[in-house]
Amino acid sequence: MRFYFRTRYEQDLRLFKDNGQKFWYGLLVIVLLLAPWLLPEYFISQLVFIWIYSVVGLGLMLLVGYTGQISMGHAAFLAMGAYTEAYLQSKGWPFVLSLASAAVVSGLTGVVVGLPALRVRGMYLAIATLAFGFIVEEAVTRADGITGGNTGMTLGSLEIFGLTIDSEQRFYYVSLAVLTLCILGVMNLMRSPTGRAFVAIRDSEISAQSMGINLARYKTIAFALSAALAGVAGALYAHKLRFLSPEQFSFLQSIELLIMIVIGGLGSIHGAIFGAAFWILAQQFIVTAKDWLPAAIGQQTGLQPTVFGIFLVAFVLFEPLGLYGRWLKIRTYLEIFPFYRKGMFKRQKSYIKSERLK
Amino acid sequence: MSAPLLQAQNLSVQFGGLRAVSDVSFEIWPHEVFSLIGPNGAGKTTIFNLISNLYKPAAGRVIFQGETISHLAPYEIARLGIARTFQNIELFEHATVLQNLLVGRHCQRHSSWWQDLLFTPRVHRTELQFRRHAEEVIEFLDLQHYRDSMVVGLPYGVRKVVELGRALAMQPKLLLLDEPSSGLNVEETEEMGFWIDDIKNDLGITVIMVEHDMGLVSRVSDRVLALNQGEVLALGTAAEVQAHPGVIEAYLGGVDDE
Repeated sequence: MRFYFRTRYEQDLRLFKDNGQKFWYGLLVIVLLLAPWLLPEYFISQLVFIWIYSVVGLGLMLLVGYTGQISMGHAAFLAMGAYTEAYLQSKGWPFVLSLASAAVVSGLTGVVVGLPALRVRGMYLAIATLAFGFIVEEAVTRADGITGGNTGMTLGSLEIFGLTIDSEQRFYYVSLAVLTLCILGVMNLMRSPTGRAFVAIRDSEISAQSMGINLARYKTIAFALSAALAGVAGALYAHKLRFLSPEQFSFLQSIELLIMIVIGGLGSIHGAIFGAAFWILAQQFIVTAKDWLPAAIGQQTGLQPTVFGIFLVAFVLFEPLGLYGRWLKIRTYLEIFPFYRKGMFKRQKSYIKSERLK
Repeated sequence: MSAPLLQAQNLSVQFGGLRAVSDVSFEIWPHEVFSLIGPNGAGKTTIFNLISNLYKPAAGRVIFQGETISHLAPYEIARLGIARTFQNIELFEHATVLQNLLVGRHCQRHSSWWQDLLFTPRVHRTELQFRRHAEEVIEFLDLQHYRDSMVVGLPYGVRKVVELGRALAMQPKLLLLDEPSSGLNVEETEEMGFWIDDIKNDLGITVIMVEHDMGLVSRVSDRVLALNQGEVLALGTAAEVQAHPGVIEAYLGGVDDE
């Protein structure tokens, strides 16, 4: 464990705490920039999926992990972004504008969906957002003039400032750049008053409002930003698949997104990215495993949801902080080797209700 | 003394058939410590919730600095400079002590969410100001040791102080303390008494507190209001109120009860 010797308040406002962090993140960026030249195309394609899911994950993390509002309809925001992008591209809008529009359309929808959050919470909010998810799925199917309905919609190849993004490699850089900007945005938000207001609402609404936080305003902002990020991810998703149809944005997708961030670790930016990486890699692993598993297990329908369900239960039971929590432990173990002790991350219960000793 | 800082005029509130507070009026003068006492269920915390507008009064109104505030939303009350603590501590548990104090500065922010998203130089500047201010509170309450600890890992006594600190970080004009000494040991209670003195004398903040510990009440309060079953029993200095026959009866039971 490292102790930071701080001499100025400004040091706590920096994005990177010290040169060590700068070095490691710098190295990570270099590796990621070189990856498309070193890896086969299939892996690059999987990495692109990880970046896209990380963007949605970030959005959902902002809402669920930081503001404490639940959404079971996030696939709908993904759909809003994807179809907006596809439609505007077919009308010849440049990518930068159509991407921004996808974010805005999705964000404004988020404001509307956020309205019930001002009145209901918990289970009831989950149901309200769930209903919204179904409405959008249905609307996309019916509005076949714009979305192609069940026959689907195909996208032309992407062009940015005259450069055609026709290879997996090029699209990799586009999505990595978008993800980096989104991460920076969320980091900025979380070190400023808006982010603190989100956390305040999550932990105690009653004292948040007594501190002068306008609950309605900040819940709406959280919904809007979360939806906007999902919209951005949707736009990238549309270009990645080049084909959109309503069943890609089903209720199951929303649930999967939620499971993804819980496994990644609620309440951390790392968690959103770890969750996305886990999600994509595990899916690939299951597909591969199907071949060498005995047919009785491997060919069963519903193998993937079952495995993910088991993972979710295991994480909730044994590692509530998710992959990020596990990562913290491994890092600490390495940093202070050989002084790591098993109970180091056990919560010190210095204040518990004495009747609830367990 | 010029005008009262806060006036409660004929406040009443009902929960179903229960009149929790009926026809209570009092005035708070600047730079005083005003205590509300009374047996359990007397309506003390309800009066706090009426001032910070978590409840709407059924009748009567609250006037702060000459203006009626009973129609405002709770977050608008905070912006006027009324801070409060809670009987069952309401901190942001999964945040550090410092972050909790910084939330207290929320009313002083000037940036909107998109400026925060970009972390513009202006946001940077106010963040530094906020931090400087939060550090003053940390120093005032001797919280240096806990600055970066998560609240969830802190013992009860420290949480109580952090909650006081968070209210002070708002630089309020009026501070409502709901049972500041509950759950504290004798030493901690004594320390709380010193802080309340300092808050009044050094920071010039007016304090209203609900308190059961009569030792603390008589040591720090300028005036005391005794309530029973939502009605005012007595108002005066601590000694006067304690000697009041109605108060003795409310606490100890009347002679006829036997």
